[in-house]
Amino acid sequence: MRTLFFLLRKEFLQILRNKLMIRMIIALPVVQLIILPNAANYEMKNINMSIVDHDHSEYSRQLINKFTSSGYFQLTDVSETYKDALVVVEEDKADLIVEIPQGFERDLIRDNKSKIMIVANAINGQASGLSVSYANSIIQDFNSEVRVEWIKPPRVNPQPIIEITTRNWFNPKMNYKYFMVPGVLVLLVTLVGFLLTAINIVKEKEDGTIEQLNVSPIKKYQFILGKLIPFWIIGNIVLSIGFGISYIVYGIVPVGNPLLIYLFAAIYLIALLGFGLLVSTFAETQQQAMFISYFFMTVFILLSGLFAPIENMPGWARILAYMNPVSYFIDVMRMIVLKGSGFTDILPNLGIISLFAIGFNTLAIFNYKKTV
Amino acid sequence: MQNEIVIKTDKLTKKFGDFIAANEITFEVFKGEIFGFLGANGAGKTTAMKMLIGISKPSSGNANIAGFDVYKNTEDIKRSIGYMSQKFSLYEDLTVKENLMLFGGIYGLSDEVIETKTNELLEKLGLQNDANKLVGSLPLGWKQKLAFSTAIFHAPKIVFLDEPTGGVDPITRRQFWDMIYEAAHNGITVFVTTHYMDEAEYCDRVSIMVDGVINALDSPAGLKKQFNANSMDDVFLMLARQAKRGD
Amino acid sequence: MKQLLTFIKKEFYHILRDRRSMLVLLGLPIVQLLIFGFAITTETRNCNIAILDNSKDEATQNIISRIESSTYFDIERTLSSNDQIENAFKTGRIKLAIVFQSNFQNDLLHTNKTQMQIITDASDPNQANTLANYVSAIVKDYQQELNQNKELPYTINTEIRMLYNPQLKGEYSSVPGVMGMILLLISAMMTSISIVKEKEIGTMEVLLVSPMKPSIVIISKVIPYFIVSLINVITILLISNFVFGIPIQGSFILLSLITVIYIICSLALGILISTVTSSQQAAMIISLMGLMLPVVMLSGYAFPIANMPLILQIISNVIPAKWYIIMVKDVMIKGIGLFEIWQELLIIIGMTSFFLVLSIKRFKVRLQ
Repeated sequence: MRTLFFLLRKEFLQILRNKLMIRMIIALPVVQLIILPNAANYEMKNINMSIVDHDHSEYSRQLINKFTSSGYFQLTDVSETYKDALVVVEEDKADLIVEIPQGFERDLIRDNKSKIMIVANAINGQASGLSVSYANSIIQDFNSEVRVEWIKPPRVNPQPIIEITTRNWFNPKMNYKYFMVPGVLVLLVTLVGFLLTAINIVKEKEDGTIEQLNVSPIKKYQFILGKLIPFWIIGNIVLSIGFGISYIVYGIVPVGNPLLIYLFAAIYLIALLGFGLLVSTFAETQQQAMFISYFFMTVFILLSGLFAPIENMPGWARILAYMNPVSYFIDVMRMIVLKGSGFTDILPNLGIISLFAIGFNTLAIFNYKKTV
Repeated sequence: MQNEIVIKTDKLTKKFGDFIAANEITFEVFKGEIFGFLGANGAGKTTAMKMLIGISKPSSGNANIAGFDVYKNTEDIKRSIGYMSQKFSLYEDLTVKENLMLFGGIYGLSDEVIETKTNELLEKLGLQNDANKLVGSLPLGWKQKLAFSTAIFHAPKIVFLDEPTGGVDPITRRQFWDMIYEAAHNGITVFVTTHYMDEAEYCDRVSIMVDGVINALDSPAGLKKQFNANSMDDVFLMLARQAKRGD
Repeated sequence: MKQLLTFIKKEFYHILRDRRSMLVLLGLPIVQLLIFGFAITTETRNCNIAILDNSKDEATQNIISRIESSTYFDIERTLSSNDQIENAFKTGRIKLAIVFQSNFQNDLLHTNKTQMQIITDASDPNQANTLANYVSAIVKDYQQELNQNKELPYTINTEIRMLYNPQLKGEYSSVPGVMGMILLLISAMMTSISIVKEKEIGTMEVLLVSPMKPSIVIISKVIPYFIVSLINVITILLISNFVFGIPIQGSFILLSLITVIYIICSLALGILISTVTSSQQAAMIISLMGLMLPVVMLSGYAFPIANMPLILQIISNVIPAKWYIIMVKDVMIKGIGLFEIWQELLIIIGMTSFFLVLSIKRFKVRLQ
């Protein structure tokens, strides 16, 4: 036990002297938390649009007005013909074209129907889908207004109507940042627990100091604990800094019990550190350690539900997502921070992450004994 | 010099698949001896040494280090020996004092003993003013001496040195060997591998490995007589020329 | 020239012998493409929802069975009281709950109006919106049927056309993004680490002292990664063509040209980084924090730049990947030519020159 104490002191001395790492430990949460939730915004606004108005009528003007005052769209171009508008899209000056045909107003009033064409730059499928849906709802709104103008109230419902009210729980303002911030917190803890650990252990391999320790009476478990404990502590520190920033910058306070988060994080970190240790047994140089870690991290993060819901993934991807420890933490983090879930609610996730922790560490220790 | 045997190997062998890196190595080392373990690159020196210091399991054969069996008691072996690797292996980002404290603690010395011995050592090496300097900032010669002192800090029975004098100027090398003499005089057996044939002359006995086998083992004087050579250099060349393995 | 070739060969040996890094370098783009292409979609399916049916009549059953048969939803549980709703959400099992009022069908038949409620888990606002919209659409369909498809008067019909990517495949925006990111990663990060590693080990000095001009040394370090980058680009294009079915609409030559220029830009950036750091760890951390993260976040690789707050949009202009991704989308997917993209091209060329000049200056300073 005394040996462990000496090892821990060494680790902390080394870490504290490593100015670069200290700066990174502090800067990373700050940068990521400030930039990422602001960048990862799937709400569309300021969509550049071009209008081709062949009608120049009262109605067409009203419709155009509705578009520009909606907040979603920015009128960047008015073209005479569709062809002109296409060029504008090609030049990236507009992503949406709304073409109003000649006789729009007349046809609507006289023939009871009229047509509008919406053309979207669909390279980004999701964004264009949303743009079109916004445009459509603006047109539908306008349509309803026209109808009301012409059909006299009061209306006893001539047709059956199912009235749907929508309530949005846990994030009533539909603020996308509330969705991203918990995810970014998980990302931070993952980076520290995984990437830093692997690189640190391999550095000792590269420097040759690991051999010196191997020849000494240090038991393997003491060495491993000596490596894992400091980063476990750092992981928790980073998490706390993250919470602080979330509060200061976004005003996000967990609805549920933060201690639950720390409980989960504690076990999660053990799992990740074990994985980092496992990676370090496969790498001979720091460069390799970084690459292998980066590779797994990318896969883990992409398949974790941080950017896109796991439910949407096809079967094989979902299986991978369920084998991914990060998914469980993101789930728990969102549950506790946004919904106020309790201990029993997160129990299944807690159980699974414990299995991960035991599994990874067992594998890691086994492999470590063999190769190092 | 007493005749207590501190290292005894009996047909110690290490195989990697079909490749026999060390083939039935058999020899003895006496307490307080300075034993030179020579051989060309690829001859199997490092492999053999790794078995002796307990980090590589032999494929067959037996060995007894400081009275402990190399299969059953590796932990005891590790407690009784010291080691200095080729890379000197001190922590460059820890200070002189911190390195000594670390290794002292790892080998189970109490805080008071560590304190006392550290002060003694710093005085002896003349490093009192550098006690709180990072090891990385020391010149190579000082690092080397410090590494050796750290290796024997806990007064082990045997100290293993792997090419300890690489890249150092001749004066520092001489001073280093003075330290080795002193350690041997104090009863610590020194097991050293080296490329420098003039250093072979400083040893009490020398063994030369060729292609995984010990081809010669005797005092430097005895070897020179046996091979009718004027220097250890010549002895080595004669033996090494027969080698099939190597760079 | 011969000296250059010798050095290039040496660098290649370094790279090829490091099998693990090689595996990652060549495998990462493939894995990313596949994940982005197939796994990360916003197409909803199999979402767990819960239903609280206070009415349990023919109408509600009808609606429920329509929802059940849709691939979007999986009815995970049926609730029996309002109190259960919150718990259902908190356990994380459901994303949406539907509540039918009591006497649903009765009211509908007698007063032509009835009510239902959709409650969403708005933790993911986009998903919530999408799901709510789907449910509404299903209900509106039912409603329309009840109306015997009577057409409403004064109807504006919209005709929708999607350009370049009619099936709204995610790969169309992810392939250019992955290209921009991977090339930057390999060229900039790998180059800087490789150069710094030699500095660290000390062999750099040996090279500099040799009769080789320093520029030759650097070029020899850079060319292997250039080639690896090219291999990656070809791999990506092959996958995008044959696996995703995205053809190259525009000129292949133009695409190659802008890719080569971008790779050179990234290599120059890598060289610049190597002149600023002295340890591998530092190079890695700077590459990670100063390069990878901003690129991933702000280049358009993962999130559309147009949605970002203004200041982030401004910062994104500094990132070479952003301009490259725009050019790739223009040439590869829109099929337009040099005439339209010359501005972006000029920007990248400008950045390349800037990086190179700065690197050369720093290099010279240190040699003195």
